[in-house]
Amino acid sequence: MIRVLAILLVYQLAGETVSRGLTLAVPGPVIGLAALFVTFLVVPRLADYMRETVTGFLSHLSLLFVPAGVGVVAHLDAFAEYGVGLFVALIGSTVLAILAGVGAFLLVAKLTGVGDD
Amino acid sequence: MTEALALWSYLAQEPLLWLTLTLGAYVTAEILSQLAGRHALANPVLIAVILLAAVLRLTGTPYNTYFEGAQFVHFMLGPATVGLALPLYLNLSKVRRALWPMLAALLAGSLVAMVSALGLAWLFGVRGAVLLSLAPKSATAPVALGVSEAVGGLPTLTAALVILTGIVGAVVSTPMLNMLGVKDWRARGFAVGVAAHGIGTAHAFRIHPTAGAFSGIGMGLNAVLTAVLAPLVVGLLF
Repeated sequence: MIRVLAILLVYQLAGETVSRGLTLAVPGPVIGLAALFVTFLVVPRLADYMRETVTGFLSHLSLLFVPAGVGVVAHLDAFAEYGVGLFVALIGSTVLAILAGVGAFLLVAKLTGVGDD
Repeated sequence: MTEALALWSYLAQEPLLWLTLTLGAYVTAEILSQLAGRHALANPVLIAVILLAAVLRLTGTPYNTYFEGAQFVHFMLGPATVGLALPLYLNLSKVRRALWPMLAALLAGSLVAMVSALGLAWLFGVRGAVLLSLAPKSATAPVALGVSEAVGGLPTLTAALVILTGIVGAVVSTPMLNMLGVKDWRARGFAVGVAAHGIGTAHAFRIHPTAGAFSGIGMGLNAVLTAVLAPLVVGLLF
């Protein structure tokens, strides 16, 4: 488990270095994700090695958002000042974006004939 | 009584208490969510956040003190994001086959999120920097903050909007898509990842592994696209 965590941290660190060094808009962890993915393609055994730990870790991804969420709620009074319009926009646009994404996916999947398995 | 107060004031300043309470709130939220039959409204992030916010308010604890302990959990977001490479790799053949549908969903979801957020808020009289803070809210937090600053928004407000977007996406997506009878886990996961970043992805992983994998890809791709698209959209509209 510690070895797997160390591998993840090394890739994150490498990603941060590239992101900051080249002042890219893409955050370090996303670059680390891409680099680890490429490594899996070259060394499939690494994916097997990391599988159990990473799968367990990702099943509790929700937990990791709790501290940031508490920050929002702790400042909700200040947030409410901006008015109801912001809340309507937030909920409305998220619903519309999901519908647009699902709709576009299904439409193009049908057109290109790549149905679900 | 004074001893109890002294003990409390010591513990309340220590990271240990707030780290323990964060994990405790999450475990409680998980149990409540299970008891509620995994109902969409019983989202564990939402429940845990409400529980902890109530504790902070009742004890008059400032958020910064809480974060001293909670930062250890918050920090793990980075390595977890790197770890999303694994489901991406495990679902590679599915991902390869769905390249065009994903591209279409990415463009549609990302554009609709931005334009509809700006449009709806504008209709409600929101203007200026507050309005612009909405543009990148579907992207993952580190990207959204940078973009917000670049387009003239308020990064701290954007941070809050990003989190709330994620919670809204996690809560509404499952009942909405079930009602519409969408059975393609690829489409469901991908769209939620594009619209509601990591919180949507965390939710997708709880529902179905394929949805989780596609959601992670949607989140990653939209992080890149939002950085490119938001300045263009804001430039065109304003």
